[in-house]
Amino acid sequence: MTERDDLVFNEMLNGAEVRAAYESLERWHKSMPDEMRTLKQSEAENLFKRVGITFAVYGEGGDPERLIPFDMFPRVFTDSEWRKLDRGIRQRAAALNAFLADVYDRAEIVRAGRIPEHLITRNDAYEKAAIGFRPPRNVYSHIVGIDLVRTGADQFFVLEDNCRTPSGVSYMLQNREIMMRMFPQLFLENRIAPVDGYARLLKKTLASVAPQKCDSEPTVVILTPGQFNSAYYEHSFLADLMGVELVEGQDLFVEGDFVWMKTTEGPRKVDVIYRRIDDAFIDPLCFRPDSMLGVPGLMSVYRSGGVNICSCPGAGVADDKAIYTYVPEMIRFYLGEAPILENVPTWQCARKDEFKYVMEHLPELVVKEVHGSGGYGMLVGPAADTSTIELFRQKIVENPSNYIAQPTLSLSACPTFVDAGIAPRHVDLRPYCLVGETIELVPGGLTRVALTEGSLVVNSSQGGGVKDTWVLAE
Amino acid sequence: MRLSVRHVTRYSFDTPARGLVQTHKLIPSTCASQNILSWTVSVGDAIRGAAFRDSAGDMVETISVRGPVDEMVIEVSGEVETTDLYGVLRNHRETVPPTTYLRSSRLTRADTALRDLSASALEGMEDDSALNRAHALARAVNTAIAYVPGETEEMTTAAEALSGAKGVCQDHSHALIALAHAAEIPARYVAGYLHSGQDATGEASHAWAELFVPGLGWVGFDASNRCCPDERYIRLCSGYDAQDAAPIRGILNAGVEEHLDVSVAVMSQHQQ
Amino acid sequence: MLSRTANHLYWMARYIERAETTARLLEVGGRNALMPDIGGGFRNDWEAILRANGTLEMFNDKYGETVQRNIETFLFFDSDNPSSVLSCLNMARENARVVRTALTSSVWDAINSAYQELKQFQRTERSKLELSDLTEWTLRATSLIRGCIETTQLRNDGYHFMGSGFGIERGDNTARLLDVKYYVLLPSVSYVGSGLDQSQWVTLLRSMSAHRAFSWSYPGELTAAKIADFLILNRKFPRSLLSAVYQTCDHLDHIGRGYGSVSPSQAKVREILAELAEAGVKDIFEEGLHEFLLRFMRQNGELAHTVQETYLQGTPT
Repeated sequence: MTERDDLVFNEMLNGAEVRAAYESLERWHKSMPDEMRTLKQSEAENLFKRVGITFAVYGEGGDPERLIPFDMFPRVFTDSEWRKLDRGIRQRAAALNAFLADVYDRAEIVRAGRIPEHLITRNDAYEKAAIGFRPPRNVYSHIVGIDLVRTGADQFFVLEDNCRTPSGVSYMLQNREIMMRMFPQLFLENRIAPVDGYARLLKKTLASVAPQKCDSEPTVVILTPGQFNSAYYEHSFLADLMGVELVEGQDLFVEGDFVWMKTTEGPRKVDVIYRRIDDAFIDPLCFRPDSMLGVPGLMSVYRSGGVNICSCPGAGVADDKAIYTYVPEMIRFYLGEAPILENVPTWQCARKDEFKYVMEHLPELVVKEVHGSGGYGMLVGPAADTSTIELFRQKIVENPSNYIAQPTLSLSACPTFVDAGIAPRHVDLRPYCLVGETIELVPGGLTRVALTEGSLVVNSSQGGGVKDTWVLAE
Repeated sequence: MRLSVRHVTRYSFDTPARGLVQTHKLIPSTCASQNILSWTVSVGDAIRGAAFRDSAGDMVETISVRGPVDEMVIEVSGEVETTDLYGVLRNHRETVPPTTYLRSSRLTRADTALRDLSASALEGMEDDSALNRAHALARAVNTAIAYVPGETEEMTTAAEALSGAKGVCQDHSHALIALAHAAEIPARYVAGYLHSGQDATGEASHAWAELFVPGLGWVGFDASNRCCPDERYIRLCSGYDAQDAAPIRGILNAGVEEHLDVSVAVMSQHQQ
Repeated sequence: MLSRTANHLYWMARYIERAETTARLLEVGGRNALMPDIGGGFRNDWEAILRANGTLEMFNDKYGETVQRNIETFLFFDSDNPSSVLSCLNMARENARVVRTALTSSVWDAINSAYQELKQFQRTERSKLELSDLTEWTLRATSLIRGCIETTQLRNDGYHFMGSGFGIERGDNTARLLDVKYYVLLPSVSYVGSGLDQSQWVTLLRSMSAHRAFSWSYPGELTAAKIADFLILNRKFPRSLLSAVYQTCDHLDHIGRGYGSVSPSQAKVREILAELAEAGVKDIFEEGLHEFLLRFMRQNGELAHTVQETYLQGTPT
């Protein structure tokens, strides 16, 4: 698609001037000769290859051994910009958890008429097995990934919430490690808030939601589908950083009131399972009977309070695109606050009047599948040709409730290395908010960048890359 | 009616299993139509644990056996005082919103034929009561699928049962759930026991469907027997489909051949 | 430590050791083939190699004739043959990959590079690859992995599970190499002590990189008894059965001490050790070398089974 540069917010510039936050980076990239840049770029790639970080973000599939392009030009947030995001993200994570606690209990928000019941009860992610059960500290989603885009100096929108098992945090950590190693000078010149406390906070968060029956230091494990999963690297990376075991379903078993881990010293009780497998695979005796990834009987132990599962089975009902529209309502309803971060205006094709609007404005809109992810099954109206638009029109007519539409946002751009130096490329941001006894958020997140000129799709499966994300300390 | 149940399930394995885990829903809950006088589930040497009452109001217990196991016997026995409430489930403690049971599973998904059958059964009944409409659906299932054992299997879907026009109580129940869903009526699967008269060896493990009828709540419909559950029925547990409502679910190591032998006897007090 | 992690480490070590043995067997075969063929009483030496490797039947089914080139392919590159160098190194790498966080990066690098280089060989035209180059490469690659483990791995339970794997596999493998001799000699007892017999014994020593060590340790005439003593009972020779069992015992003791409990596998290894330490060459030859070796392999296999049950399976007992 073509776009007018003056409509795009360039995060480095204020009019024609370079913003203070980017001044040192401006000097840095200008003083870096081309051959040095090429050299550093391949050094970075080698570092990524060496540590083996070669997985697709967000479960997008594709070649698991493929390297996601790393762009060395950091993205910078000032302290005051971040403070607002920080408050907004924490607020949202709290509201999403309050919503989950409510819909699995008395569903007051439905009784109050704020959200239609069918959006919850008829949602496949709404888990019957979770109803009427309170997980420790009443927290359902312990790691909330909130996808944000920026359209102006002070304008941020939430694009999507991820309440299940958002991935990509290992990139946030590795991008920083690699930048510090390659350009230590930048870290002396700028006061960049560290992100490496994430693993410690994650462990603290998980330990804080140990079940009541656990009366000693809780044993936390990460449950992975195994080495063939595209995010396996991240699972083993996090386990290693936290100093906890990375287990597969076959390493755990249920006996009596607890879940046990098979160790060389005999069975060891497990208290908290940070699972990186989907709900349907957790327990073949409760969900999909053909699951080889889960632990038979796990849900019984969970429901009887012998173990905690993070995120809780059923947490996905809060991050559906149809529910997304109601998050600002949740914030008002549960917290009695005004939403700090805005939602992107969204039209539900299932609603007659909104359906009509969508049909009339299809070439201007972005259309997404309600349950889709990874940028697939998505129409970017302004970038699509007529036949693609007509194809989508047909799909929406056939199954309107499967689609939502949003205006095409003019995503902000960040300076990014290209063959001819630097050029602005569109970016988004995924911070990772931790919810346990307290709500924690490290200053930063994963910035994804659309490396193709003008492209708005930042997904790694479709030509996206990643950047280090800085928050400057005051 | 005072009913006594004896339900023995015997699993035997050709090569000993390295271990065994099962989840049981084998304890009926007390509600207006059934009062549990006594009930025991014995599982031999198995280690019991992790018991809880689930959101649908059923007791769930997970048991495990350390290997090697070559046989596993589960014995259920008890006495229940039943009352005929015309299928209405009353005073049953559960927390699942009824609309949750508008969701279909692979086994209960309505295809075109099921949707058509639902529509034709309800033709001209737009103004009729919800209860009458539910009865009409149950009758339609009974007419469309003949009770013929051995024609369908555990994983036969409602759509397959209808197209084959033959099936057993599981298929009738799945089909009725599909028809109800097509008509936007919440519906679920119920597993239980049936006292089928003088012949105590008759089909005593049974299944039927419950449909949600505004004003009455959940009402049972036994499409196989063209009736609503009465005092001959004991309700054990419910779920989206037969798999979700299975009284016993287990996992074995791959490659172990399993033989299953089930005997169920339900007798009324005066028979004993 | 997770039982599965320990299991992967243990098997990684076993496969590395096994790859090395297959290469050593190939070397024995290659050298024996250079010896003059004396009369029809001989079995094909290569057949003995395959028998020791436990793959004779599989080879016959797939290739038929025991031609050297086929055997080289079969023992080195054939992924259908679970004992081929390629299969073993592939299995070692797969086991290592799953537990990468339990390995230092230099150990992983060494294993991964060995595998990648081998894949490279596989693409090279066969006529350009000498048998001795292949076997030497394997010995170098496995030595490098071993060296990395020795110099970089933390001495925790994981290290000792690797050590037990090396020890158990080595015992089994030395016994197999020795047993090749038995098959070669089987047709006629009259060959014992003949000139040819001697040269085959020497080849065996060479294959274990022990020819010179042997000469230093046992001056005078080369006899079967001396060689058997060296390969079975000499503690100074690191590949002898006794050394292998001592090594296994040492690692299992470390594991037991670390966990604060004596395990059935320690009892088992002690039993084998006691018997071996008391044995003399005379007893062995009286029992019959082949019979003795078979018995050792069986006991060693039982030990492996016990280790598996005690630590690696993870099922509660």
